[in-house]
Amino acid sequence: MVVEDIKVKETHENGISFPSDKIMLDLRDLKKVYPTPKGDYVVLEHLNLQILKEEFVTIIGHSGCGKTTMLSMIAGLNPISGGNIAVLGNPIKGPGPDRGVIFQSPSLMPWMSALQNVMLGVNRVFPHASKAQRRDIAKYYLHKVGLDGAFDKKANELSQGMQQRVGIARAFAIKPKVLLLDEPFGMLDSLTRGELQDILIEIWNKEKITAVMITHDVDEAIFLADRVIMMTSGPRAKIGDALEINFNRPRTRKEVLEHDDYYKYRKHLIDFLEH
Amino acid sequence: MKQSVTVNKTQDLKLANAAKAGLSKLKIKTPKFDLKTLAKKFAVPFISILLFIGLWHMGARALYNVEADYKIQKALADQGQVAADAMAACIASGDISCQPNTLPSPVQVWESFNTLIADHKVISADKLAFKEKTAALNEKRVAEGKAPITYTGRPSFVDQIFTSLKTVFAGFVLAFLIAVPIGILIGLSETLRNSFNWLIQIFKPVSPVVWLLLVFMIVKTMTKDSNSDSAFIISFISVGLCAMWATLVNTAMGVSSVDKDYINVAKVLKLGPLQKVFKVILPSSLPLIFTGLRITLSVAWMVLIAIELLAQSPGLGSFVWEEFQNGANDSNSKIIVAMFIIGIIGFLLDRIMLTIQNMVSFNKNATT
Repeated sequence: MVVEDIKVKETHENGISFPSDKIMLDLRDLKKVYPTPKGDYVVLEHLNLQILKEEFVTIIGHSGCGKTTMLSMIAGLNPISGGNIAVLGNPIKGPGPDRGVIFQSPSLMPWMSALQNVMLGVNRVFPHASKAQRRDIAKYYLHKVGLDGAFDKKANELSQGMQQRVGIARAFAIKPKVLLLDEPFGMLDSLTRGELQDILIEIWNKEKITAVMITHDVDEAIFLADRVIMMTSGPRAKIGDALEINFNRPRTRKEVLEHDDYYKYRKHLIDFLEH
Repeated sequence: MKQSVTVNKTQDLKLANAAKAGLSKLKIKTPKFDLKTLAKKFAVPFISILLFIGLWHMGARALYNVEADYKIQKALADQGQVAADAMAACIASGDISCQPNTLPSPVQVWESFNTLIADHKVISADKLAFKEKTAALNEKRVAEGKAPITYTGRPSFVDQIFTSLKTVFAGFVLAFLIAVPIGILIGLSETLRNSFNWLIQIFKPVSPVVWLLLVFMIVKTMTKDSNSDSAFIISFISVGLCAMWATLVNTAMGVSSVDKDYINVAKVLKLGPLQKVFKVILPSSLPLIFTGLRITLSVAWMVLIAIELLAQSPGLGSFVWEEFQNGANDSNSKIIVAMFIIGIIGFLLDRIMLTIQNMVSFNKNATT
């Protein structure tokens, strides 16, 4: 097989390439402008991206191209300068628990225990559940990320990797429609990173929440994604290319690495980044 | 040197193993007996205290001699040789009537301290006797609807300390009640912060004396018809107003500079405004609020002495002032005793605040 044989789906700037009832997240003609003393700085322009229900999308691109800007706009933490973002057809209005975020730093409240950190979101999203039920939800997800013995540990007593596990549990526990991940494993050593990728994909296989994840790591992008989106370098960044990853799920790291297509996918991504 | 270190290490190891084996059930923390740390922890501070007292003693001795020489010379110039000799003899004999009045020596201060304690015991006994004597009478008076008779004798030094502590505590509570809520409000809103900044910047550096006068103007009028203790009210309000600025500024800063990540989490989880304040903003600004409160308490204690001195309100400040005005033979050493007591209490108050801070705040690294 040669590289050209891989099914590459271009996302066109004007057209919608998917049936609308399957689209979870729809970014149309998105634009972001930061005013500076020397005039406006356009970070993103004419950015179109459709993400399907139950799809896991990873986004790669050079540092500073506007990936994080785009993600925080989807999260509602950064105002939109032009175009619009819709979840299930409804334009977003600010941040909300329908879009869970896992930040680059774990961002746990250091004065709370692991359980309290997860409960903070659960209490908010399930106000009518009984206290015991909410506790069970929080405990279930902490168990899922392998933190059984650390429920009552203060967040600042946990290691960086364990803190990020709590971050993952917190994001899944509020049962969002879309999960946004901003280089969640960027600050971890490679061993811990691998562990957390496995945990993330294991929970995701169960919950099938639409996920958008920014990463710098090409292998991570391929291992986790159904589709890898490549962003052009800024300013005026947009979607440059998209690559479908056709490995079966659930995947194991070993299978992926031994698959024939793996190095072709890898080459495609690296060619794009080095271009 | 190297060898001794390794020997020490193996000994430590053996000791630790023995301790583990023997005391594992008892769970007693084995005291680490190490001469070096012991020396560092106790000997060096002890030596520094000795050095301090030695220098003080020598300085006091020198000043004493200067003052004594001057007295003898004066006697010689004014009244002649006989008077000068008499003066020299009188000074040498240690008679109270002719002692040079200067910086007291450590021994004198220690003696004064004992005098003050003895005095306190006498007054306490007096008070107790008074209470016993009037108990029956007071019961009768209360039954008749009259005010009971209270002890109106001179307060002892220890009583003065408690009066001062009461005043500073009241002032601190006042500062806390004003500064923390306002600090939170100002910290939350940038508009408020900008509009109140000038006020804070102008009033922060105002001297305690001026605050006292301002409070005096207001309280004097307001307590005209009541028989409340206006000296106490004036001094504790002044203390509170002088000391609250550090807490106000620190609270506002802590609240306005909460880690952006935490705010983002609160936004994503859509926490309500109250939940945001109480679950995210306040806990995260607690270390800075406490730093402010610690400064406030130490400032309160510091200005208290000056304010008591001026407001004629009882307490350590007025004790110092009265002793200075008194000019008795042991007045100077009593003032030095008060100085040490003030310093030690200030230090203890700060330690208490630090302990509370470490108990309630997530930031366990707060020190000194």
